[in-house]
Amino acid sequence: MLGIEDPWVVAPYLLCIASTLLCLAWGILKWNKEDPETEMDKQIQHWAEEENQVESEL
Amino acid sequence: MVSIWMTFFVVTYLFIVGYLGFRGYKGTKSATDYMLGGRKVHPYVMAMSYGATFISTSAIIGFGGAAAVFGMSLLWLPFLNIFLGIFIAFWLFGGRTRRMGLRLDAHTFPELLGRRFQSRFIQGTAAVIIFMFIPMYASAVLTGAAKYLAHQFEIHYSTALFIFAVIIALYVVMGGIKGVMYTDALQATVMLVGLSALLFLTYHRLGGITHAHQLLTDMADKVPPTLAARGHQGWTSMPKFGTPLWWVAISTITMGVGIGVLAQPQLAVRYMTVKSGRELNRAIPIGGVFILFTAGVAYIAGALSNVFFDQTAGKISIAMAQGDVEQIIPMYLQQATPEWFNVLFMLTLMSAAMSTLSSQFHIMGTSLGRDLVEESLNIRKKGHGVLATRFGVLAGILVSVYLSYIIDIRFGKTGTAVVARGTSIFFGLCAGAFLPIYIGALWSRGITKTGAIAGMLAGALSSLFWMVFVLEKSSTALLLCGKFFGTRSLAISMVEGKEVFASTGPVIWAFVDPILISLPIAILATVLASLFTKKFEVKHIDFCMEKTGVRHG
Repeated sequence: MLGIEDPWVVAPYLLCIASTLLCLAWGILKWNKEDPETEMDKQIQHWAEEENQVESEL
Repeated sequence: MVSIWMTFFVVTYLFIVGYLGFRGYKGTKSATDYMLGGRKVHPYVMAMSYGATFISTSAIIGFGGAAAVFGMSLLWLPFLNIFLGIFIAFWLFGGRTRRMGLRLDAHTFPELLGRRFQSRFIQGTAAVIIFMFIPMYASAVLTGAAKYLAHQFEIHYSTALFIFAVIIALYVVMGGIKGVMYTDALQATVMLVGLSALLFLTYHRLGGITHAHQLLTDMADKVPPTLAARGHQGWTSMPKFGTPLWWVAISTITMGVGIGVLAQPQLAVRYMTVKSGRELNRAIPIGGVFILFTAGVAYIAGALSNVFFDQTAGKISIAMAQGDVEQIIPMYLQQATPEWFNVLFMLTLMSAAMSTLSSQFHIMGTSLGRDLVEESLNIRKKGHGVLATRFGVLAGILVSVYLSYIIDIRFGKTGTAVVARGTSIFFGLCAGAFLPIYIGALWSRGITKTGAIAGMLAGALSSLFWMVFVLEKSSTALLLCGKFFGTRSLAISMVEGKEVFASTGPVIWAFVDPILISLPIAILATVLASLFTKKFEVKHIDFCMEKTGVRHG
């Protein structure tokens, strides 16, 4: 297959392409999916941004 | 001869790098900006920075050359790089690392581990491991890049080394992680274009995908007897199971690097630079495509270089390069590709070296300045922001440059052989020391502080012992085993004047990668110590694992 006879070498060649396609599909399907974040995580993120802002101004 | 076009493109490239570094400097106002890009980095920048940091010149020149020797069996590594190093890493490790890092207000990888296990010792020890061993890895990249540039521009090695280091130092010291990641994104884009062009040129020249592979398959009878005796069965076949070449291809190259990537601190910190899990999801396809067209291409082109040299000179690649693996890819490019491509590929190699080095210098700085001086030793001055980290970066650069300079001048080929092991030593050490406790930090509620310390020390020490005294490639280069025990590896003995490799069934110990030894030892030490020592308070674990909103301890 593809000019390569050893299936143990054809496999990684095809798996490289397959795993890249998996990455692409994942990105497309999850493009706008939000994190399973709790309200608390959003609050912590907000505090971290505020703290960073204060430190920047100092 | 240095062409005017080469000079023009290099100057333009450096000008853009300088501009991006300056943008990083202007956007850096706080410690979070300097170490994590304000936790608001764009997914394209994050994914390309992660990929460019991972793929250095040694991945293109060194591993591409190795593929010319081993053949396409090495494609198991780019598969692991994409599936494990991008998909699993971003999806499973990335999300948890980002959220836990935010909750614990961690700015570095050692700080994440230290705060998760409530141990300054862990943070300090992780920082020491990074600061002590990453200069060797950086020096390996720096030496290779300086030699390449010295050859291309017909200047002295030490001049090339100095200029290259100063350029990177400027944007890392001043621009912090923003300067590093903005320039990484540019450099990764150059690498993507350069290596994609190489893939097209290689297949086009050899008559298409299937035809090129078939020509390589038909060369199986040209495997030199020395390689055949070690298990080589042709460039489109796996080495024979249980032979030295099989162990090197599968354990050292594929598993050592393929699994070790998960515990690289300069990569893990990238997850904490984005705003949310959505950005990580968007980074996955970008990272996957990048690795396929960089690492994957280097291995395919390296293997197929045998066909080109066979057609043009009647020799296989390693014979053309007179046994020097690192000369194969440069020779192939010089002879098989048009003049314009050599300029593009020079920029590709410069980009690969600069992007890896800038992240190495940055993490040296954060390890020394933030993790060791400010956090572990608790030495900090009010209002000094990231001064300690900037000094740390500068110290890291000076150590790496000194290593690159002195090793070439003072120790010649012996020194170069030691530095060349820098990449694999750092990967092996990080895998043993960090991977078990990093996984435990993210998913296990049962690991105790003592368990984490025991696991980290057991992993680091067993990995170091294996590399210094057993693993043939590194124990031979490091010379310590020969000095203490009179043999280049404890797994090699002399019988009637001939070397005999110790083996158990199909396992030839001198070729087994340290990751296969240190990981089980580190896991065992972590579990055993955790069984008999004091557990963390449930409140702390709940907070780390996102069960409650109350930070404890």
